[in-house]
Amino acid sequence: MTTMPSYEEYGKHTPVFPPPVDETNADLDITPEARLRMYEIQQQVRLFETRAYDLFLKGLVKGTSHLSLGQEAIAAGFGAAMRSDDWTFATYRGHAHTIARGVPLTPIMAELLGRENGLMGGKGGSMHLTSVEHGVMGSYAIIGAHLCVANGAAWTSQFNDTGQVAVAFFGDGTTNIGAFHEAVNFAKVWNLPTVFVCENNLYMEYTPIADVVPVTNPAADRASAYGLESILVDGNDADAVYVAASAALDKARAGGGPSLIEAQTYRHHGHSRADPGSYRPKEEIEAWMQRDPIPMYHQRMLQLGVGEEALTTISQAVAADVQKATEDATDGALPSLDVIYTDVWADGGWAWRN
Amino acid sequence: MAQLTYRDAISVGLAQELAHDPNVVFLGEDVAGAGGVFKATPGLLEQFGPKRVRDAPISEQAILGAAMGAAMTGLRPIAEIMFSDFLAVCWDIVANEIAKSRYMTNGQMSFPLVIRTANGAGSRFGAQHSQSVENWAMMIPGIKVVAPSNAEDAIGLLAAAVRDPDPVLFFEHKSIYPMKFDVPDRAGDIVDTLGKAKIVREGSDATIVALALMVPRALEAAEQLAAEGISVEVIDLRSLVPLDTKCILKSVEKTSRLITVEENPRLCGWGAEIASIVADEAFWNLDGPIVRITTPHVPLPSAANLEDATIPSVERIATEIRKAVQT
Repeated sequence: MTTMPSYEEYGKHTPVFPPPVDETNADLDITPEARLRMYEIQQQVRLFETRAYDLFLKGLVKGTSHLSLGQEAIAAGFGAAMRSDDWTFATYRGHAHTIARGVPLTPIMAELLGRENGLMGGKGGSMHLTSVEHGVMGSYAIIGAHLCVANGAAWTSQFNDTGQVAVAFFGDGTTNIGAFHEAVNFAKVWNLPTVFVCENNLYMEYTPIADVVPVTNPAADRASAYGLESILVDGNDADAVYVAASAALDKARAGGGPSLIEAQTYRHHGHSRADPGSYRPKEEIEAWMQRDPIPMYHQRMLQLGVGEEALTTISQAVAADVQKATEDATDGALPSLDVIYTDVWADGGWAWRN
Repeated sequence: MAQLTYRDAISVGLAQELAHDPNVVFLGEDVAGAGGVFKATPGLLEQFGPKRVRDAPISEQAILGAAMGAAMTGLRPIAEIMFSDFLAVCWDIVANEIAKSRYMTNGQMSFPLVIRTANGAGSRFGAQHSQSVENWAMMIPGIKVVAPSNAEDAIGLLAAAVRDPDPVLFFEHKSIYPMKFDVPDRAGDIVDTLGKAKIVREGSDATIVALALMVPRALEAAEQLAAEGISVEVIDLRSLVPLDTKCILKSVEKTSRLITVEENPRLCGWGAEIASIVADEAFWNLDGPIVRITTPHVPLPSAANLEDATIPSVERIATEIRKAVQT
């Protein structure tokens, strides 16, 4: 006989606590430059996202926005590990991954504000950040599709033998959509240089991921079905992410095919700006806030002998950048109405008839 | 002059384009080793090798996603979706991703890709393998929509689609695959132009606008009516996007009557858009109401007599034209 959850049980769930900090990660063989870059990216994302949230509260950021507060270490680890000609495919929660590839903050902020100086001139918005010149090959707002698209870029790399790798970031909820399974299977049978990165923040939008997958680890426990290694990594420790990322990127570059990495993390906010995230158990939030990647990495750097002053220099420069981006974005003109009719086609126009 | 079936023309067109540009690649289900379930792609694997002609799993989203990602990074992929009905399982990639990404990224990306697919009724395959879905594609800004009605156009329009910098949905008609056509000999590649309709029969009493399988049927109806003294002009639309409205409007100016023939079910079939344009822009040239000949608004039945009675036949087309010219 099948049983259904009772009304009282429904929507309640057991808190999921973070893994303990692995202190030995300080001993990982990572160059000081890479660590400083990860420190910088994490500062950039934290301060940018915090500012984006403030600007939303002031009514300047319209539409929706999905913040990466709490998930910065994943973008930082990959951002530092990727080659400049690798390709990033992000989701609607893509500010962090765009920043991590070195895209300047002003056009990103201006895009959120819908301004002419936005990254896509105001035509894409928060959920579609793209900067081809930085290898950010789009942020995709419909779950799953971009995993399939990343395979196409990986195919080009394989075809031209350039060693470039396509990296697709996605959330835990994506592991339940068909496109995820199609893409991972396709990448494996075509032996493509694609790295699939599941950022498991424990919630598919508002629903605990544990309620909607029959396994403990939504991506890692499914890897074996596609002949892939099960890879779980502490997504709140940039060093751990960097090492996993480097291994997967090296393997893909060497013709070893795709990898599927599950990075365990936590959203500090709700799913999107509309969501206060109140469905999450208090003790769970508290435990994860104790595992905030930003202060943890700050401690790591101090422990490794980087001076407080050097770190302050970085964070102050980032704060100034964010302030400048805010001002430049706020000062940006509204897009001209002419652009409604541009770039439907490669000739720059929109004509569908003669 | 060579005699070619439409299915052979597809394979000639694909081979021509694979030979023309080393960045052209071709993928789909059963297209390489097996030569295609409609036998429209035999020999391509042998001629161009597994690097350029590749079999894919039954994963339509993965196929079109791969085509999209390859196109944005410099290849010119041709992807086959075996039956056009299957576009429904990968419509996200077509309508949300491929069609919109150039616009959303403010022109940062290009998608020079072609999606070939077998469309249309007549094979007794039932409601999920027989639809004409070119109207689904027509209503999405950002994709071009082409549907050839004969072998020469199949080669020339396929070449034009592959060489076009924008994504093209290329609808081949299953019932035309076995038909034979004369294809004039030419020096060099056969390359046509997208967005140009063709007047395939001149006439003075009525303009009939048709696409794909409806073109040979309209021509046959026109031939019957000629014996009755009714002179029908037949336009093969060939492309829905871009749409050659000039050709239609000019013809209506001459004949003063418009009849559209489509396999789409009634609601929002492409004929409705043509009717709307002509009503807006050539109303005073019309001597009678615009007539749309469509499939009734039902899913397609399978049995031969039911399917034949559902999609527009030569007889139905002739009857409707007769009625129209008499009003």
